Amino acid sequence: MLDIKNLHATVDGKEILRGINLQIKPGEVHAIMGPNGSGKSTLSSVLAGNPAYTVTEGEVTFNGKNLLEMSPADRANEGLFLSFQYPVEIPGVSMSNFLKTALNAKRKYQGLEPLSAGEFLKLMKEKKSIVEIDSKLTNRSVNEGFSGGEKKKNEIFQMAMLEPTLRILDETDSGLDIDALRIVASGVTKLKSENNATIVITHYQRLLDYIVPDYIHILYHGRIVMTGTKELALELEEKGYDWIKEQFPD
Amino acid sequence: MQIDNDEYKYGFSSDIETETIAHGLSEDIVRLISEKKGEPEFMLEFRLKAYRHWLTLKQPTWAHLDIPEIDFQGISYYAAPVNKPKLESMDEVDPEIRKTFDKLGIPLDEQKALSNVAVDAVLDSTSVKTTFRKTLAEKGVIFCSISEAIKEHPDLVKRYLGSVVSYADNFYAALNSAVFSDGSFVYIPKGVRCPMELSTYFRINAVKTGQFERTLIIADDDSYVSYLEGCTAPQRDENQLHAAIVEIVVNTNAEVKYSTVQNWYPGDKEGKGGIYNFVTKRALCAGDNSKISWTQVETGSAITWKYPSCILKGNNSVGEFYSVAVTNNYQQADTGTKMIHLGADTRSTIISKGISAGKSQNSYRGLVKMAPGAHRARNYSVCDSLLLGDKCGAHTFPYSDIQNPTAQFEHEATTSKISEDQLFYCMQRGISEEDAIGLIVNGYAKDVLSKLPMEFAVEAQRLLQVSLEGSVG
Repeated sequence: MLDIKNLHATVDGKEILRGINLQIKPGEVHAIMGPNGSGKSTLSSVLAGNPAYTVTEGEVTFNGKNLLEMSPADRANEGLFLSFQYPVEIPGVSMSNFLKTALNAKRKYQGLEPLSAGEFLKLMKEKKSIVEIDSKLTNRSVNEGFSGGEKKKNEIFQMAMLEPTLRILDETDSGLDIDALRIVASGVTKLKSENNATIVITHYQRLLDYIVPDYIHILYHGRIVMTGTKELALELEEKGYDWIKEQFPD
Repeated sequence: MQIDNDEYKYGFSSDIETETIAHGLSEDIVRLISEKKGEPEFMLEFRLKAYRHWLTLKQPTWAHLDIPEIDFQGISYYAAPVNKPKLESMDEVDPEIRKTFDKLGIPLDEQKALSNVAVDAVLDSTSVKTTFRKTLAEKGVIFCSISEAIKEHPDLVKRYLGSVVSYADNFYAALNSAVFSDGSFVYIPKGVRCPMELSTYFRINAVKTGQFERTLIIADDDSYVSYLEGCTAPQRDENQLHAAIVEIVVNTNAEVKYSTVQNWYPGDKEGKGGIYNFVTKRALCAGDNSKISWTQVETGSAITWKYPSCILKGNNSVGEFYSVAVTNNYQQADTGTKMIHLGADTRSTIISKGISAGKSQNSYRGLVKMAPGAHRARNYSVCDSLLLGDKCGAHTFPYSDIQNPTAQFEHEATTSKISEDQLFYCMQRGISEEDAIGLIVNGYAKDVLSKLPMEFAVEAQRLLQVSLEGSVG
């Protein structure tokens, strides 16, 4: 589904990704861990096509297509979804209007007719229950005045609505209390299928208790320096990131 | 990314047989206009006084606008379709005119029209058709062209014309008073709530003519009316002048809502052509507890000079001004309002949302005046500017003149840019850049758009997006 080869990327002229290689198949869950500044969020931004980042080398293929040539909107419509670490506020734009626009953009991309108002409302109601989102939230402006937990739940709600095939969760656990974490994680798990894949970017092990990964990759200085299974996360939790830093001196 | 300017949808011109008088302005021309319209003597006097005063005036230069010199002798001051109106049924309307308005989405046929909107259609200098007159007449509402009103309701016209905007008010007001050719007239009698929205649709078609329309709305005691104004013009290389006056009188306990979607041709991407829109709009809240509400969505015109104002004379009267002004490419806008508080306990609200893109210049200019008698008067002003790109300008010129110690004046102003983060967030959800801008801008303007009647709000949202196309790339 996703094939990353020797990916290098810079921001403001500084090289952050220095040769990432990663293959992801449908149905798999990959966790990417690493100390602060290792390039975890940069990887998610680059995959989603954030114009602030420049790809200097390498290839990324998504469903057989060259991902790097696609606009951010096309990447999304091809099935790539990024759950943002810091979701932005858009004043005056209601959540339901925002989602309807997004959903119909995707349907247009797929050559489908836009959803009727009735169909859309029904779909929203159905998906709201998955993330236990307050029904009033969809009448409010996008993320405006949302608490940290509400923002993250809202990201998962959007994911539920858009049904992506590649789901990238960027530090979704940051700023969440344990109840919100449980709700968000169970939403992600409920939406998991044989046809979609998940990249979980996290600093801590605790999210992986809820979203169980098939593989864990450790990112350090812009490269994947270690790959393992769930046990690697536990080892890391025990030994701390200094263990990595010692093994891979600058 | 492929971003093209959408063609100005209303840029077509129609082949309608038109009578145009010779270019230029003189006393003879003023007399000719009055004569062509078969006006009573008092109107000719009104026009001549205005014309003589105009000769003593100079074009104002205080606005933050770069206005090329206008050759007032190079314009024709009267253009009218040859197949004159005065029609009882649709069958008598020139098919070309009907086609023109159909194309604009303004059916003149009552069966096809929106059932709750009556329309006065003004083409170049003349009102060609007013719909639903019979329905309105049953309630005593007068809705007709101002030319007809001058002949059929001379007492009302004599009493109110120029009572809010004097011919001596400013350069363009004097010009309009001398040469105005048509426009709409509305009278809502005492205690009547107008049963439908009234609407005037202005269309410039003829070449090298100016459009000088005049609208007079009188809401008598305890009455209510909601009035809509729309306008478009063909795409032409030369600039065309539009200098209108709107006067509104609101008596005791009456309320008038006046909504405008201004979409005159803005000129092309290089700033060639477009309408010069120099308009004087003012409402007088004459009676106690009266209310006037101006809502405007300004997307068109090469240059806009316009300050819909409220004179709050009646005690406890209310004035509101809600504005979205968009400028793109080389458009210039200097627009805002004046809130003149004369009576006690008068209240006013100003919400202005400027949106600048391309190489355009967008200014808000507003005055809040509290006269000595404006005890406990209150004003609340919010002026926000949104910038797209870094070659445009946004300016705010708020003036205040507070002469009563118990009056309150509150002003807030912000300037912001559409953030890259907001755009990226939308695009990550599959929304194209153009649609994302439309979404964000409409969200920004929501407080104003929500004041528009439903039929207009949808059109206005679409217009905002279309007029900003090509502004980011």
